[in-house]
Amino acid sequence: MIAACLDRLSRLGRFLWSGWAGLAGLCLLAALWQAGHEAYGSFILPAPVETLNAAWRLLHDGAARDLLELTTLRALMGFALSAVIGVALGVAAGYSPATLRLSRPILTVILGVPPIAWIVLAMIWFGASALTVALTILIATTPVVFMGAVEGVTTRDRGLDAMAQVFGAGPLRRFTHVAARQIAGHVLPALVLALGSSFKVAIMAELLANAGGVGGALARARSMLDITDALAWVALAVLALFLVEYGLIRPVQAELERWRDAARPWGVKR
Amino acid sequence: MSLLSLSRIGHAFFGRTVLEGITLEIGAGEVVALVGPSGSGKSTIAHIAAGLIEPREGRIARSYRRHAMVFQEPRLMPWATVEQNIGFPLRLSRHPRSTRRAAAGAAAEAAGLLPADLGKYPVELSGGMRQRTAIARALVTAPDFVYFDEPFTALDVALKRRMQDLVIASAARASFAALFITHDLMEAIRVSHRILVLDRLGRGIAGERRLAGDPGARDEAAIFAQRQAFLTGDPLFAHIHELDERLRP
Ligand SMILES: Nc1ncnc2c1ncn2[C@@H]1O[C@H](COP(=O)(O)OP(=O)(O)O)[C@@H](O)[C@H]1O
Ligand SMILES: [Mg+2]
Repeated sequence: MIAACLDRLSRLGRFLWSGWAGLAGLCLLAALWQAGHEAYGSFILPAPVETLNAAWRLLHDGAARDLLELTTLRALMGFALSAVIGVALGVAAGYSPATLRLSRPILTVILGVPPIAWIVLAMIWFGASALTVALTILIATTPVVFMGAVEGVTTRDRGLDAMAQVFGAGPLRRFTHVAARQIAGHVLPALVLALGSSFKVAIMAELLANAGGVGGALARARSMLDITDALAWVALAVLALFLVEYGLIRPVQAELERWRDAARPWGVKR
Repeated sequence: MSLLSLSRIGHAFFGRTVLEGITLEIGAGEVVALVGPSGSGKSTIAHIAAGLIEPREGRIARSYRRHAMVFQEPRLMPWATVEQNIGFPLRLSRHPRSTRRAAAGAAAEAAGLLPADLGKYPVELSGGMRQRTAIARALVTAPDFVYFDEPFTALDVALKRRMQDLVIASAARASFAALFITHDLMEAIRVSHRILVLDRLGRGIAGERRLAGDPGARDEAAIFAQRQAFLTGDPLFAHIHELDERLRP
């Protein structure tokens, strides 16, 4: 028990330590940004520090936090729906080849329609509401999750299924004890992608449907040609996505992928 | 009384007949080797006998309490530690966690794994240790019947010998019966009481030879002499290395 906690702590430590590399990358981006700012001036591209200050200011006047919360909540709602529906349908289709063959062309069509078209349609059907945003997210991200789940089921090690069956596992326990773990390995990366799209689509839908949230704030910044504010909102949205991703999905993924760490030779752990 | 009896088993994959008229019996505590060239249908027989495949025809009677299987590949769950892999059958039969640990540890030790290996993941183990883990997993529930489906084919000669000794010792200690599938005649002579030869096209059991003495009691020279005698003087074994599985109809 204590050993398990220590192991988790040490992995958390390693992860935080690897954050320095991420920070270095961000600093490089900021340097390029600064160069762009110095070349084109504040009106086209405000300096990174200016943007950060603006974001800080937005965070500290109360309304911004509400808007961020609203957008995050909408994105999470759409994401949760698409995760549940995508995984359920994907697993079902993975186990049933006929369903899979039927669903592939449908998926191609859905994926081929740009999210913006769905937003327009949803706006016509449901007006500018939270439902429009959720529905657009659902349609835009479910296929990715679905494909991840299908992939997980179809590429699972059938030898392990036979092994479990020999030792007395029926179909249900073969799924929960042996297949689920392999499916999760494919679903989680898909969920990370889907979460990112959820935020993007949520903001886009808000902007177009004029449904408030960060998208609405962006629309206002655009109409007032306030590029500093616009960039600040973008930075805040990215921050929110980062917090959700690393607070929600990455820990689960790290827990599931623990055995892969063991495969890495000593010294190149990171 | 026999623990496993197959009578006139036949099977086809997608209309292509691979087995026909397979009849065999295995008694309590008896280790029976099934030899035949690659592709002759040995694995299919084991899978049918263990209930993994529904045969197209024939009858199966199992009167053992519990079976287990060691496959050609270790088939360990990569995300679970050695201890969890060995304890997996116990988990399936709903043993409490605490007794599971103790039983898995004991089975691991009997299979020649070190206590330090219990917390490792399969990727950290060598091929031999993985197969030891698979053997420990098979024996952890104290089965009275074990299927071995060419378990040591992928191992080098020295390791193979050690694994065969492990099987011989465990069979003697736990007195389980076994169907030991192999295409290595030497291995069959070392581990079994009786050798069945599968027809090279899976059309029935071509014949059987009972071996003198108990598996653990035979010395190397006798085993080697027996193998030579079978290969040079016994028509039953004439075709054992002959089939080219690519040309099978
Ligand atoms: N799942 C399967 N589907 C179709 N053909 C199979 C399947 N399993 C085995 N076969 C075929 O059945 C024959 C016997 O296979 P197998 O029992 O694995 O032979 P062995 O174990 O003696 O090498 C082979 O020709 C093989 O191609
Ligand atoms: Mg085989």
